[in-house]
Amino acid sequence: MLALLGVREIDALFDEIPDALRVSQLQGVGPGLSELEIMQLMRARANCDGAPLCFLGAGAYEHHIPAPVWSTVTRGEFYSAYTPYQAEASQGTLQSIYEYQSMMVSLTAMQASNASLYDGATALSEACLMAVRANRRSQSARILWPRSVHPHYRQVAQTTAAGQGLQFETLDYDRSGHCVLPELAADADLTALVIAQPNFFGVLEDVHALTDWAHARGALVIALVNPTSLGVLSPPGQWGSAGADIVVGEGQPLGCPLSSGGPYFGFMTTRLQFVRQMPGRIAGRTLDLDGRPGFTLTLQAREQHIRRAKATSNICTNQGLLMMAGTLYLALMGAQGLERVALTCMARTQELVQALCALPGVRLAFSAPRFHEAVLLFDRPIAPFLQALAAQGIIGGLDLSVHYPELGPALLVCATETRTGADIERYARALGELLT
Amino acid sequence: MSKIPQELKYTRTHEWLRSLPDGNVEIGISDHAQEELGDLVFIELPQVGRRLTAGEACAVIESVKAASDIYAPIAGTVVATNEQLAQSPELVNHDPYGNGWLMRLKPAQASDQEALLSAEAYGAVAEAG
Repeated sequence: MLALLGVREIDALFDEIPDALRVSQLQGVGPGLSELEIMQLMRARANCDGAPLCFLGAGAYEHHIPAPVWSTVTRGEFYSAYTPYQAEASQGTLQSIYEYQSMMVSLTAMQASNASLYDGATALSEACLMAVRANRRSQSARILWPRSVHPHYRQVAQTTAAGQGLQFETLDYDRSGHCVLPELAADADLTALVIAQPNFFGVLEDVHALTDWAHARGALVIALVNPTSLGVLSPPGQWGSAGADIVVGEGQPLGCPLSSGGPYFGFMTTRLQFVRQMPGRIAGRTLDLDGRPGFTLTLQAREQHIRRAKATSNICTNQGLLMMAGTLYLALMGAQGLERVALTCMARTQELVQALCALPGVRLAFSAPRFHEAVLLFDRPIAPFLQALAAQGIIGGLDLSVHYPELGPALLVCATETRTGADIERYARALGELLT
Repeated sequence: MSKIPQELKYTRTHEWLRSLPDGNVEIGISDHAQEELGDLVFIELPQVGRRLTAGEACAVIESVKAASDIYAPIAGTVVATNEQLAQSPELVNHDPYGNGWLMRLKPAQASDQEALLSAEAYGAVAEAG
C-alpha cells in the first residue's frame, strides 16, 4: 500500500506534523502484539477484577439485564455503535431510534427526545448549553446547580462550557441532604436551575417546589434523573405546575453492564417548543411518496454537517449500540417491571442502611427520603476500611472525603435488586469485624 | 429572473429594507434569497426590544436543505416581528416583499442606510450568485 501511495515508510505520511508536536514513544505502551497475545493479556487482566460483591453506585449501577437484551443487540443488523450515514437506507436502525425516543418521552413525560448522547455527564453539559440558547428572556447564562449534583458531571460541564461564558453557581445542601435555594433579588436574571433527582447522596429533592421556584424567576428547569427511579417517582414533565424544561441523565442503568466506566449512553428529552435547540440526532416517522410509513432523520438543518460552525452542538452522532440495549431493556421490563426494579432497589438499600447503621460508630448522614443510595458517617477515615473490604472481595462504596470533605469520614453506599439479603449480611459482618 | 422592487434598499447578504412612514424600517429577504433557499420550514426571529448592530446575526431561516443567518442591514431596536411566520414560514417563499416580512426596526441612526445597495446594484450581486 505504501508503494501505491509513493512513500517509502509509514512515517512519511505524518511528515506534515512538526517534530515538536510528535511523540516518539508512548510511555507504558509496549510494541505491537499478535491477536493471540492480546487475548491472553486481556484475559489475565480481566481475571484480576475477580467477581467482587458491589455496593458502589455513585452514577453507575449494577442491575439485572435480561438475556434477550444483549443477544439481540449483538445481532449483525444492530451491531454498529454509530448513527448510520445515508441514514434513510437503514430503516431498521431509524425505527429503533424512533422507538427509543418514544420510550424516553413516555418515561420522562416530555414531548421530544434525541437519539441519545455520550453519557450522563455530557448530557448535562449539553443541557446547560441548550438552556442558554432556549431561555431567550435571560441574558446572563447563569446556571444554578446544587453541590449534590454528581461532582464529575459538574467538572465535565464546567470544562465543556468554559469557553462559552456560562456562569455556574453552586447551591449548598442542608442537614436533611436537600439543596438550599438562595435569596435572590426580584429582578435577578437566572438562566436555569439544575435539579438532580435523586441527588448524588441518594436523597430525594422536593422537585415540585424547586421547579416552581425556578419558573417563577424566569429560569428553565434542567432535570437530571436516574431512569430506574422513574419507575416509581414523578416524571420530570409533571414536576411543579409546569414541568421540567429539559430532562437528562445517564442511561446505563437501562440494560448496559458496568465495564470500567463505559461505554454508556446519555439521554435527553425536552418540550416541543425547544426541539430546535436540542443537540443530537432525531429520528421521525413520516410517509413516503406512495403514502407508506417510513422513518427519517429530521430537523437536520441545526446539525453541524449542514450548519457548520453555527450548529446547535458539535454532537452529530449517538450511542447507537447502547441506546439499542436501553430500548430493549425498557421493552422487556415494561412499566411494571421498571417499577418492581425501582421498589426492590429501595427496599434493598433500606436493609443495607439498617444493617450498617447497627454497627458501632456508623450512622446515617441525611434524614430525607432516598432512592437507592445513602450516605453513612463513620468516626474514623473510610479508606482503610474500603481497602480491607476489597481484599475480601467486597466493594464497599464510595469514600466521599475527596469531593465532600465537610462531611468528615463519609461513605456512599448503594444496593440494587441484584444484592440479596445474604450479600448484605456478608457486607455487614465483614465491616463489623473491621470496626471492632 | 427574480423580482427586485425599485423602492427598496438591499444588502450583499440578500436582506431588503423598506422605510415606513412612521420612521421605522421593515426587513425581509429577497426573492432571489428565498429561491436559493428553497421551501422554508422554520424561522427564528429575535425578541422584540433587542438592540441590533449593523451586520449582526439576528434571525435564522431554516429550509429543507439549509439553515441561514439573517443579518441586520442597519443598527436599531426590534419593534415588531412577523408572528405569522411561526405557523406559516412559507409566506416568505410566496410573498418575500409583502406578507413574508421578518421584522421591523427603529433605526439607531439615520445615516446608516447610505451603505445599502440600490435595486440595480443588488441585481448585479444577485446575478453574480
